[in-house]
Amino acid sequence: MLSRFGKYILLMIQVIRKPEKGSVYRKQLIMEIQSLGIESLGIVAIISLFMGAVVAIQTSYNIDNPLIPVSTIGFTVRQSVILEFAPTIISLILAGKVGSRIASEIGTMRVTEQIDALEIMGVNPANYLIFPKVTAAMIINPVLIILSMYFGMIGGWLVAVFTDLYTVNDYVYGIRAWFDGYIIFYALIKTVIFAYLITSISGFEGFIVKGGAVEVGAASTRAVVWSSIMIILFNLILTQLLLS
Amino acid sequence: MIKALNISKSFGENKVLKDITVKFEKGKTNLIIGQSGSGKTVLMKCLVGLYEVDEGHIYFDERDFSAMTFKERKKIRQEIGMLFQGGALFDSLNVEENIKFPLTMFTNQSLEEKIERVNFCLKWVNLENANKLYPAELSGGMTKRVAIARAISLNPEYLFCDEPNSGLDPHTSGVIDDLISKLTEEFQITTIVNTHDMNSVIKIGDTISFIYEGQLWWEGDKTQILDTDNKELNEFVFDTELTKRLKKSKIY
Repeated sequence: MLSRFGKYILLMIQVIRKPEKGSVYRKQLIMEIQSLGIESLGIVAIISLFMGAVVAIQTSYNIDNPLIPVSTIGFTVRQSVILEFAPTIISLILAGKVGSRIASEIGTMRVTEQIDALEIMGVNPANYLIFPKVTAAMIINPVLIILSMYFGMIGGWLVAVFTDLYTVNDYVYGIRAWFDGYIIFYALIKTVIFAYLITSISGFEGFIVKGGAVEVGAASTRAVVWSSIMIILFNLILTQLLLS
Repeated sequence: MIKALNISKSFGENKVLKDITVKFEKGKTNLIIGQSGSGKTVLMKCLVGLYEVDEGHIYFDERDFSAMTFKERKKIRQEIGMLFQGGALFDSLNVEENIKFPLTMFTNQSLEEKIERVNFCLKWVNLENANKLYPAELSGGMTKRVAIARAISLNPEYLFCDEPNSGLDPHTSGVIDDLISKLTEEFQITTIVNTHDMNSVIKIGDTISFIYEGQLWWEGDKTQILDTDNKELNEFVFDTELTKRLKKSKIY
C-alpha cells in the first residue's frame, strides 16, 4: 500500500513536468476535453434531471407540517444539488465512466508496448498521456458540474409543471431564497480536486499494468474503486475544511 | 557502434544477465539469438534504457549511456529507432500520423516537409498509399513495415528490432529481413536484431551473439554458426526437425 503510494507520487512528478511541445499538448488537451468532458454531458444531464425531480418529490411528500412553507422544496433541491449531489455524486459517476476509460486506455498502451515506444523515442510517456487528461478534467468537470446543478433544479421545476405537488412559483421562490454564493465556490473546489483524483489515480493504475487483458481489466476496476474511495474521503475532509 | 561492457541485471533473486560484454558494429545487422528466457529481450531492453543495468556500462559511439541523466539520454533516444515485437503502433493514430509523430515531437519541420518524409519512409517499406489506414486495418506484415517506417522517420543512427519476424509467415519474414538488412547497409545504421528465427540468422546475421542462461555463450557470423562445435548453440540451431535433417544430410 505504502509502496503503491510512493510509486504514485513518483509518477506524478513525471506527469507534472513541462510538456515536450506546447502545440502537441494543446491538441491533446482539446481532444481530452472532448472525450472526457463533452462526451459525458448526456449522462450528467439525464442523471441530474431525474435526481433533481426525485429530491423534489421526496421533499414534498415529507413536508406534512403546514408551518413549513412549500418553498422549502425548492430550497432543499437547490442545497442538495449544489452542495452534494452535483459535485460528489456526479464525480462518483464520472469516476466510473472516465476512470475506467483512462485506466483501460493507458493499460492497453502499456501491455502493447506503446508506452515503451514513446519512452524510447525520448517522449516522457507519463506527461504525454496523463497530464492532458488531468488538466482537461480539471477544466471541463466544473463546467459539467455547473450544468448538473442547472439540470437538477430543472428536474424539480418539471415536477412542479407536470404535477400538483407544489406550484412553480413556490418552487422558484425556494430556489432563490437565502442563497449564499459561497456554496458554489465550495462545490467547484471539490469538483476540481475530485477531477484530479479521478484522472491521476486512473492514469496511475493504467500506467503500472503488467501482463495482458486480465490485468488491464483489473486495473480498470481498481481505478474506479480507488477513485471512488478517495472522492468520499476527500469529500469529508473538504467539507470539514470549507464549511466548518 | 554500441558496446556493452560487463553488464549484469537481476530481478529480485533472479540474475538474468551475467557479466555480458558485447559489441555491435555500425553498418552491420547484429543479431542476438537465444532460447526463450535466455535473457536476450532483457539485454535489448537494457541497451535501449528501458531497464537500468545493475552493473556495467553501455556505450553509444563512446558516449556512456548508462551514466547519463534523463535529459542527456533524451538526445540519444532521438537517434534510436525501435521495432517492437507487436509493432507498438499508436492505435488512435493512422499510419501517416504514426510515422509523423516523432517528427512532430522533435523537429520544427513544416507539415509539407513532414508529409514528404512520411511518404519517403512509406515508399521505403513498399507501403505507398497506406497513409490513412489505422493499425487495426493492417495485416501483421504491414504493421511491422509501418513500425519500421516510424522507426526510421528521424534518420536513426541505431535501429533495434525485437523479434521482427514473430507471427509472420516465412515469405513476409523474408521481406522484413530484407528491409532491415537494406536499411542497415544503405544508411550505415548500427542495427541490433533480437530473434530466434533461424532463417533470419542465416540470411542477415552479419554478427551473431548467442545468449545462453544470461551469459554471452558464443559470437560469430552467419557462416560460422552452422559449423560451430559449441554444444549449446548446436542444440539451439539444429533443434527443429527440418534443421536436424539438413544437418544429417549435410545440405546446408
